[in-house]
Amino acid sequence: MTMTDYYTLGDPVADTKAPDGPIETRWERRRFGAKLVNPANKRKLTVIVVGTGLAGGSAAATLGELGYQVKSYCYQDSPRRAHSIAAQGGINAAKNYRNDGDSVHRLFYDTVKGGDFRSRESNVHRLAQISVQIIDQCVAQGVPFAREYGGLLDTRSFGGAQVSRTFYARGQTGQQLLLGAYQALERQIAAGTVTMHDRHEMLELIIVDGRARGIVVRDLVTGEISTEFADAVVLASGGYGNVFFLSTNAKGCNVTASWRAHRKGALFANPCYTQIHPTCIPVSGDHQSKLTLMSESLRNDGRVWVPKAKGDNRVPADIPEDERDYYLERIYPAFGNLVPRDIASRAAKNVCDEGRGVGPGGLGVYLDFAAAIGRLGRDAVEAKYGNLFEMYERITGEDPYSTPMRIYPAVHYTMGGLWVDYDLQSTVPGLFVIGEANFSDHGANRLGASALMQGLADGYFVLPNTIGDYLAAGPFPKLDGENVEVAEARKLVEDRIAKLLSINGDRTVDSFHRELGRIMWEYCGMERTDAGLRKAITEIRELKAEFWQRAKVPGDGEGLNQSLERAGRVADFFELAELMCIDALHREESCGGHFRAESQTEEGEADRDDERFSYVAAWEFGGDTPVLHKEELTFDYVHPSQRSYK
Amino acid sequence: MSLKLRIWRQADAQDKGSMVTYQLQNVSPDMSFLEMLDVLNERLTLDGEDPVAFDHDCREGICGMCSLVINGIPHGPEKATTTCQLHMRHFTDGQTIDIEPWRAAAFPVVKDLVVDRRAFDKIIQAGGYISAPTGSAPDAHASPVPKADADAAFEAATCIGCGACVAACPNGSGMLFTAAKITHLGLMPQGQPERHTRVIDMINAHDEAGFGGCTNTGECTSVCPKGIPLETIARLNKDYRQALRAAS
Amino acid sequence: MAISGTALVLFLILHMVGNLKIFFGAEAFDHYAHWLREIGAPLLPHSGFLWIQRVGLLVALGLHIWSAAVLTIRARKARPVKYAHRKPVQGSYAARTMRWGGVIVFFFVVYHILDLTTRTFNPVADPAQANAAIVQGFAPGRWYVTAFYVLAVVTLGFHLRHGIWSGLQTLGVSNARRERVLKATAFAVAFVTCAGFLAVPFAVLTGLVK
Repeated sequence: MTMTDYYTLGDPVADTKAPDGPIETRWERRRFGAKLVNPANKRKLTVIVVGTGLAGGSAAATLGELGYQVKSYCYQDSPRRAHSIAAQGGINAAKNYRNDGDSVHRLFYDTVKGGDFRSRESNVHRLAQISVQIIDQCVAQGVPFAREYGGLLDTRSFGGAQVSRTFYARGQTGQQLLLGAYQALERQIAAGTVTMHDRHEMLELIIVDGRARGIVVRDLVTGEISTEFADAVVLASGGYGNVFFLSTNAKGCNVTASWRAHRKGALFANPCYTQIHPTCIPVSGDHQSKLTLMSESLRNDGRVWVPKAKGDNRVPADIPEDERDYYLERIYPAFGNLVPRDIASRAAKNVCDEGRGVGPGGLGVYLDFAAAIGRLGRDAVEAKYGNLFEMYERITGEDPYSTPMRIYPAVHYTMGGLWVDYDLQSTVPGLFVIGEANFSDHGANRLGASALMQGLADGYFVLPNTIGDYLAAGPFPKLDGENVEVAEARKLVEDRIAKLLSINGDRTVDSFHRELGRIMWEYCGMERTDAGLRKAITEIRELKAEFWQRAKVPGDGEGLNQSLERAGRVADFFELAELMCIDALHREESCGGHFRAESQTEEGEADRDDERFSYVAAWEFGGDTPVLHKEELTFDYVHPSQRSYK
Repeated sequence: MSLKLRIWRQADAQDKGSMVTYQLQNVSPDMSFLEMLDVLNERLTLDGEDPVAFDHDCREGICGMCSLVINGIPHGPEKATTTCQLHMRHFTDGQTIDIEPWRAAAFPVVKDLVVDRRAFDKIIQAGGYISAPTGSAPDAHASPVPKADADAAFEAATCIGCGACVAACPNGSGMLFTAAKITHLGLMPQGQPERHTRVIDMINAHDEAGFGGCTNTGECTSVCPKGIPLETIARLNKDYRQALRAAS
Repeated sequence: MAISGTALVLFLILHMVGNLKIFFGAEAFDHYAHWLREIGAPLLPHSGFLWIQRVGLLVALGLHIWSAAVLTIRARKARPVKYAHRKPVQGSYAARTMRWGGVIVFFFVVYHILDLTTRTFNPVADPAQANAAIVQGFAPGRWYVTAFYVLAVVTLGFHLRHGIWSGLQTLGVSNARRERVLKATAFAVAFVTCAGFLAVPFAVLTGLVK
């Protein structure tokens, strides 16, 4: 098949909201240019926020504080459980408290470069500016960041950054930041500005007269389907890493909210940009349900190696020093074990592909602390990494003090997401997308400790300022169930649920999800090829057809039915997986987390093609043949160069 | 390994519920406890039976969603471990395992092993926060916090809100959860202005939600997957005493 | 619970110390018993202080029982459905037995008053003869009295061990640094009180006190 069998080319798309001129004042000028909502009118305006992670929680709380009527939704039993809670490392901010040469401009520069020149300069610069306010805000809320003996905030350098700009709370920064946002949210719930709907899942977007006006939700406890109306809808529903079945995401993470919006007209940008984290605990067997991340900080002191010989099954202690290959130190002498995530991940895959992997299935490499323990002593290593070592032992039953850890890359974060403009508004008027669910700030690769920064920047500071420009035209006409568009959206949901329940096949939903994940990991994972992606698209389409014939969804739609919830999410993952592969197939270059085997340098590094691919690929839903809209990227401040870590 | 599972089955909140026995073969010691239940559910699904509903999400011990009482102990036999991080290697071949939901009036059963823990959110709503609307913050370094206080606040703030403390307490008390938040916020200088109202309002919300009173048995801290210490309750009591005195 | 408990603990310690007077001989002990009735004289009438103390104790005891009942009822309500499988709790035996231990101690106190205050059950009816009442009360022939006494005192020891620490915790006196010291103190007070009370019947049984 030729490329045009997979997709068609549409008109270019442009971000019309970002001001031009000096980058330092763009955000200030946008805020000044945006219309304001009269304080008395805010009470009359309703905003729906889907998701209660860092982005959704902070947005709902802040919109409530501003005086809007907010309706907040999450599928968990409490807003505090959103998966932001699992982020370990830290949050970047250009505070320059260390006086080590950091600045807003440097954070901006590092983020654009780290994203391999596939992000928007305007957005990234705003992110770097706001980073400073985030730390102030979180400290004021009582977030217990790590501190030095003088009582001031401690920072560390993270993910290969040359300045120390990462604020952290032990290995649980995401938890502490999320609890800060959650507490602010609960405060607004008590104040009556926010109504919380936990154990509710958004299953459809309601668009009336061209505006996003509400959502169709299912109460996961009673099974009741209801239509919820608002003057604007904000999606903060997270990333889609679970398309791979095995990932570090929570089991419930899904693409349904984003995908339903996509089907209703919102463009989906750069779906193939996936971040694979190099230090996860390897798969132990077919029963594996999720992967656990071990903090990247372990690579500061651990040495990564595999046996030199293929199929060497000796226990690590029996493999003498000269028969070990410390491959990262060998290939990248300058950065060694600290090369960026995408490079470390791919190198691990390469040695395993050569047959030198360790552990079950040969899918693992050693992360060895023997040298660090010898140099620093066991106590020092324990003080630094004790909790991580305990977690490793809990899961694997092995003691990392005496035998090397085994690690393997796993899907961790998705840079792609719904396309948004500078105001974080999608191509559907009134539909805003924030946090991991949108695409804008990380380009083709996200730097460590930047996800938390972006989620909170969007939720606390960007969206509350930009949404007013849209809402100033409201309130919009009142809606009810009689409205044609509303009734249609509701029927769509009811029909889909009825269909899923009626298949009554002979395969479980999880077995389909596992198989889909295997296809994606094999062909759309760390390394992608033209032939592999074409094969994947065919296999996904076959599997999707089989799913609708053979899936078995027990029970009914009347009450709590976790199988039904999963079935709906997996059905959407099939469609997303196709689009991811088409996006990966069309992007015949390597950049950041997207590595095309055909596009590499002689040394095997990613070979970016700025001539042909310096654009955002924004996809319009088109069934089997999506429509590609390109948004050209321009770089006026940071000039594209090849990343080198040798 | 093969196991005999006795699991609490309850169709919905109104159903009376009972323990139901299942035999499960071919369990790998490397499985997590929840993966073992996944295997059971796959089989039940194919057999045309209703799979067992249980709460879980991150499966890495931080979201606080998983909530099983395993052989009489919330989160099972391993110390400082959530159910999702408990592995089958800690059980023996042929063992009988009883699995029940958290049992507390404040945490009514939704279905099978799933309970409603919104009572905890209610306690936080009553005052488990520092009022700092977005945009109002001074520079982060405006008020230094002694490292010891910051560290202790962090320890208390690691509570994941799972509710194991309530499930274990012979009185069904949620005092450890409440005390962890009181301790976290009370140790920070930012938390001082609302310190007195916070403790009174949170304890009132705790009592209104139907939790029992604390008699310092220490059950809570011994099952807490994050090891929140009992001294947080002493701190809560002290704050409460001072708040009452200040109010009178 | 903690405040009424504090009053009761202070009384118990004084009571125990007073009991040890018996080792100074029958005369000294009888004199002590007489003195108890004359405290505050002539300002207070005969037995005046004793009655003030009795009323105070009764109020403290009443409050203590009332608080315990409230807590117990709340606990019942807080867990309407019991666990099918309940692992013996991880906390101390003392903490677990507070309620039934309290009931045992209560019944003992009732008996104890009937025995040595009103002398309803005691072979020695003359209130002035305190020493004789004790020696004959714990006579080997009345072994069941001694057995009940020992059981009650040991139960009381457990009750004190958790109760004292728990009270300090409830009053907010405890913290991380003090927790171990306070627990050790609670144990020491419980142990000494227990030993002090047990010394008397054993001394009678072994003939040390006549």
